[in-house]
Amino acid sequence: MRSKSSAERRRGIALHAALFPLALIWLFPLWMMFVFSTLPENGIFSRDIILTPSDQFVENFNLLESDTGFIRATTISILVAAAYTFLSVALTSMAGWSLACYRFAGKGVVLATILGTLTLPYFVVVIPQFIMVARDFGLHNTLFALIVPPLFNSLGVLFMRQTFSMMPHELFDAARVEGVKEWRIFLFIGLPLARPAVAALSIILFLHSWNNYLWPLLINSKPAMMTAPVALGSLIGLTKVSWGGIMTGAVMLTAPMLVLFVALQRHFVAGISAGAVK
Amino acid sequence: MAAVSLNNVVKKFGTMSVVHGASLEVADGEFVVFVGPSGCGKSTLLRMIAGLEDISAGEIVIGGRVVNDVEPAERGIAMVFQSYALYPHMTVEQNLSFGLRMNGNDKADTQRRVSRAADILRISELMHRRPRQLSGGQRQRVAIGRAIVRNPQVFLFDEPLSNLDAELRVQMRVEIARLHKELGVTMIYVTHDQTEAMTLADKIVVLRAGNIEQIGRPLDLYDDPNNQFVAGFVGSPRMNFMAGTVVENSSSVVTVKLANQGGALLRKPLGGPLPAIGAAVVLGVRPEHFGLAGRGDSDITVKVDVAEHLGSTSYVYANAGGGEELVIEREESRHEASLDRMTVSLRATHTYLFDSAGLRLR
Repeated sequence: MRSKSSAERRRGIALHAALFPLALIWLFPLWMMFVFSTLPENGIFSRDIILTPSDQFVENFNLLESDTGFIRATTISILVAAAYTFLSVALTSMAGWSLACYRFAGKGVVLATILGTLTLPYFVVVIPQFIMVARDFGLHNTLFALIVPPLFNSLGVLFMRQTFSMMPHELFDAARVEGVKEWRIFLFIGLPLARPAVAALSIILFLHSWNNYLWPLLINSKPAMMTAPVALGSLIGLTKVSWGGIMTGAVMLTAPMLVLFVALQRHFVAGISAGAVK
Repeated sequence: MAAVSLNNVVKKFGTMSVVHGASLEVADGEFVVFVGPSGCGKSTLLRMIAGLEDISAGEIVIGGRVVNDVEPAERGIAMVFQSYALYPHMTVEQNLSFGLRMNGNDKADTQRRVSRAADILRISELMHRRPRQLSGGQRQRVAIGRAIVRNPQVFLFDEPLSNLDAELRVQMRVEIARLHKELGVTMIYVTHDQTEAMTLADKIVVLRAGNIEQIGRPLDLYDDPNNQFVAGFVGSPRMNFMAGTVVENSSSVVTVKLANQGGALLRKPLGGPLPAIGAAVVLGVRPEHFGLAGRGDSDITVKVDVAEHLGSTSYVYANAGGGEELVIEREESRHEASLDRMTVSLRATHTYLFDSAGLRLR
């Protein structure tokens, strides 16, 4: 027993010794991003590499705000990401539920089509999507165009379908025998039991929207409708690149996501691994 | 309360037929048990009565109304599932009241029904617990309670005790019998455990491979099975079967030679047509129907493998050659355990004869 625990401890130390440098390598760019966000422009490009933060964060932020309206852009990003997450979770959950719980003609075809869309690279879709939304529907420069077109998420549908498929269907049959309507079974039994999966999916979808650059860049040309990543991108000009502003913006976009991920990590891991083991 | 009729009910999954024309009458207030081995279609039949499976052909009538196209909730039934199917995120009270609340039932009436069910099942003190905080027996009670609050005309039970340990199963069996007596409603109960079937049922329906093999009162099935399958399925330990050959048939009596029992001969009177000489038959004998040597119509000698002593009785597991293993019930007599061989008698009136297709020869 004693030798086993000491062997385990040795294995733990070896594992940590191997992982620690990897963690440092992973964290180094993040740290440097933070350091750069606190340096003046000449500090970022000094001959010596500065590894410790300075005191120019507020100045850099003011520069960022005056150049891009970063607060407004972040507000739009939050609004878009929240609405997108809510609507996409609702949509993918309902689609997953119907694919998991009902028998209907053409179900296999629907499932295969959803699976098939996974094989299409986004860059194949984005131009036709842009033409349809901007030219045919005339919806460019609207919140609707930012939120709705990317709503359907086939990976999310398959994830939720798997989650609902693994639930004991006797629970739903029991409710049916009790005369509970199908949408209430979904809302009051299926969805609460899928909470870890919903939490994990919400984080993934929120991050997806938060980091989305290409679609908001294409669909919105007005500065007033820019999302935060697009606002940051606009700092990269032909003649001048405001690195201090970009790094400050990057820190401000990354920090809340890190906090969110750490806070919801338990749900995230539980959701991803749900059903993997009994 | 309501009677239930099944008229030639068929269930197909694609081209595969799993129930082949089941017909059955369940009287008002009767306790009927569907019993059969796994995959015989008993749960499918129950789910069709509940409305959870469509029927491919035939007719199901509950309380005089054809319910083929009626939603489960409109059929006047309540169902208790094998897995209990309790909603894990709700308390016992919420589990009991969920269906009523979702259907907009009056709050006071819901409360009254939940309290009544809790009183009947003695679970009032568990109302604020969640399913994971309950024992298996308590969960089963809550599942039954959820059925009671609906005031159903027919209770459907789908192997409700199979997840419980042996002791609790006996206890819950008694509870269900008490409940039937108290509520007096029609109950249809599915199990693969023939002991449950024998102890609970007013009427047993034995199923095999999607066919109803026999319907009858428990002791009728035990005493008078229609075929070898029913004879073997009903009764514990199961009936012994010995291969035989007809060596003589005259005057309503056949003489059967039991090749694996040292060629023992047994003369058995039959009322119906007699099998031909040379026909292969199977002789069935219940474990308790072996008599003491010399006290019956024919004796056989067997090699004793093991003896199990249960107190008042003992079971002797014997090998008679030809791969035939016999279980012989004896009043407790420990000295037999040490015997290598024993001789027992067969009495023709306490044996059953089956033809090569397994049908009973009467």
